[in-house]
Parts: sequence; C-alpha cells; structure tokens
Amino acid sequence: MSILHTVNKSPFERNSLESCLKFATADAAVLLFEDGIYAALTGTSVEAQVTAALGKLKIHVLGPDLKARGFSEDRIIAGINVVDYAGFVDLTTANDTVQAWL
Amino acid sequence: MSDMIDVDGKQYAVDEEGYLANLNEWVPGIAGVMAKQDNLELTDEHWDIINFLREYYEEYQIAPAVRVLTKAVGKKLGKEKGNSKYLYSLFPYGPAKQACRFAGLPKPTGCV
Amino acid sequence: MSEIVKKFMYVNRKAPYGTIYAWEALEVVLVGAAFDQDVSVMFIDDGVYQLTKGQDTKAVGMKNFSPTYRTLGDYEVKKIYVDEASLAARGLTQDDLIEVAWEDMETEEEVDNIVEVIASERVSALMNESDVIFSF
Repeated sequence: MSILHTVNKSPFERNSLESCLKFATADAAVLLFEDGIYAALTGTSVEAQVTAALGKLKIHVLGPDLKARGFSEDRIIAGINVVDYAGFVDLTTANDTVQAWL
Repeated sequence: MSDMIDVDGKQYAVDEEGYLANLNEWVPGIAGVMAKQDNLELTDEHWDIINFLREYYEEYQIAPAVRVLTKAVGKKLGKEKGNSKYLYSLFPYGPAKQACRFAGLPKPTGCV
Repeated sequence: MSEIVKKFMYVNRKAPYGTIYAWEALEVVLVGAAFDQDVSVMFIDDGVYQLTKGQDTKAVGMKNFSPTYRTLGDYEVKKIYVDEASLAARGLTQDDLIEVAWEDMETEEEVDNIVEVIASERVSALMNESDVIFSF
C-alpha cells in the first residue's frame, strides 16, 4: 500500500509535520500545502528535519500556496518537488490511500 | 440582500445598504444611477473622488474610512480638497460611505 | 472621544490564509483606529508570515489582503513591531517583509517604513506596558 501523506498546518504551530515524518515509511509521498508549505522553505528551524526526511521520502509542495504566501520556488529546500493542482490530483491517484495530517 | 438597480437596462445586485454586491461588475453608469436616487448630479469634482477611491481600493484592497480618505485626498488632489467640509459638500451622506457606494466599493473599513 | 488614552496592543500569531485570524485582526485594528488610542500591532510566531512581500493569491482564489497592511500608516497606526527571533526561526529577515509608510500631515514629515524588527525582550516589555491586549 502506498500512501500520500498531506500536511496543511504550519510546522511551527502544530506537530502535524513532525508526526507525519515519524510515521511515513520509505515508499510514501508527502505533500505540503496551505500553511504546510512553510516547512518547505530554507533557513527555518525545521529545515534539518525536512532534509533528513528527504533521504527516505519524496516530498512535494503545492506551488499556488507557496505563491499566495509570497515565496518563490528558489526559497524551497533542494530536493522538494513543486506541483500544481493537477499534480496534486496525480499524487492522489498514484497512491492507494491518503492520510491527511490535520 | 437581493435588491437590484437598473442601469441602462442591465440589473445589478446591491446589498441591503445599497452597496454593489460584486465590485467587478461596476460601470460608471452605476454611479450616475445611485447619485440620481440620492438627488445628486455628478460633476467632475465628484468623479475625482470616485476615481480616487477606486484607485485606492485597487492599490490597498480596502475602502478607506472617512478621515483616511480626507488625508489621502489632500495628499493627492491638494489641500483645499483634503478637508471634510469640501468632501461633505460633494457627498452630503458622508464622503466615504456615499462615494464608496457610487464607486462600487464595499462599505468603508473603520466607519462606525 | 474619551480623554484617557489607553495603550492597545494587537498580538498576531497566525499565518495568513490558512485561517481567518489574520484578516479578522487587521479589520479590527483598522476599525479600532477610529478611537484615537495609542495602538501598537505586534507580529510574533507565525504572525510574521502576514507581512511577507510578494504575496499573490490569484491561483488559490482568495483575497490578497497583504496590500492592506500598507494602509496602517494612513489609519495613524504608527507602531508596528516584528519579533526578530520569530523571523530568524523561519529563515526570514526584514528584507522579506513589506514596508509601511507614514506621513505626519501637520509637519509633512515622512517615514518610509515604520515596521520595526525588535528583540524578544522588547516584545515582553511592550506587552507589559499595554493597558489592553487583543490576541489573534
């Protein structure tokens, strides 16, 4: 079973990202969207945690949410993949199930 | 909620206080019809303020409160226009409220 | 208007768009500005994200209210503070934030940017000095 994990909360406000990264296994995909996109940015206090997870997981970030919050793609951690809404749908269909870390 | 005004044969929805429901629908004729309902004839001086408000909204995404409008008008159109006496002479129902309504903007933020 | 001027502080701790708090807080600040009190607006924790430059919400279909912060000066809200540690934890600096100008209409003195990045100790001190604190 492949799982798409979604995180839409800021990593500085809740432990959604932390729990997600703890429970997601090697073949899983993670999508950061809404306030979850802040975890994809460089220079933050959670960057090391995200970079470590990139070693075992594929991490995606939703471009429109990044843009809405004032960040361009050159501010995100290397290795994170930017997707649009169509890419979000593709991730959903490419995986067997979705776990939303609300 | 679902009041309508008729401008050149086209219907536009306004809210219960008479403000245009969808600001993207605004056309200059709407200001004219609203002014007529308030027994006002729009002059170039009125249009200066209406256009100013639309530019202000475009830039800042809010309709300014009356004292903010007064200050901003003074800066943009000259001190002799940036006072409430002048603005009330043009818009007797309140320069921010009435002019914003004519301009198709929502009710000003900070008008109590 | 009341003769007694009180110190009001609005504390913003939420990112924009994900929840309604940021926009609601901004509206409350602008409405409250009519009462001629000593108002300060504080951005800490995720609240600092409210002020990031270059927000573009077209693709997400939400109202971009980031330009509205620039009217705070027009509304005579002259004290805008950002907690430096909150910025640092998020990899941000003052260069990432919008600027808010203010002009004194009497003296015509112009300040290009009234947004002040301050140390956490100063945040605490300003909170302690406040008569009323509104939290968002």
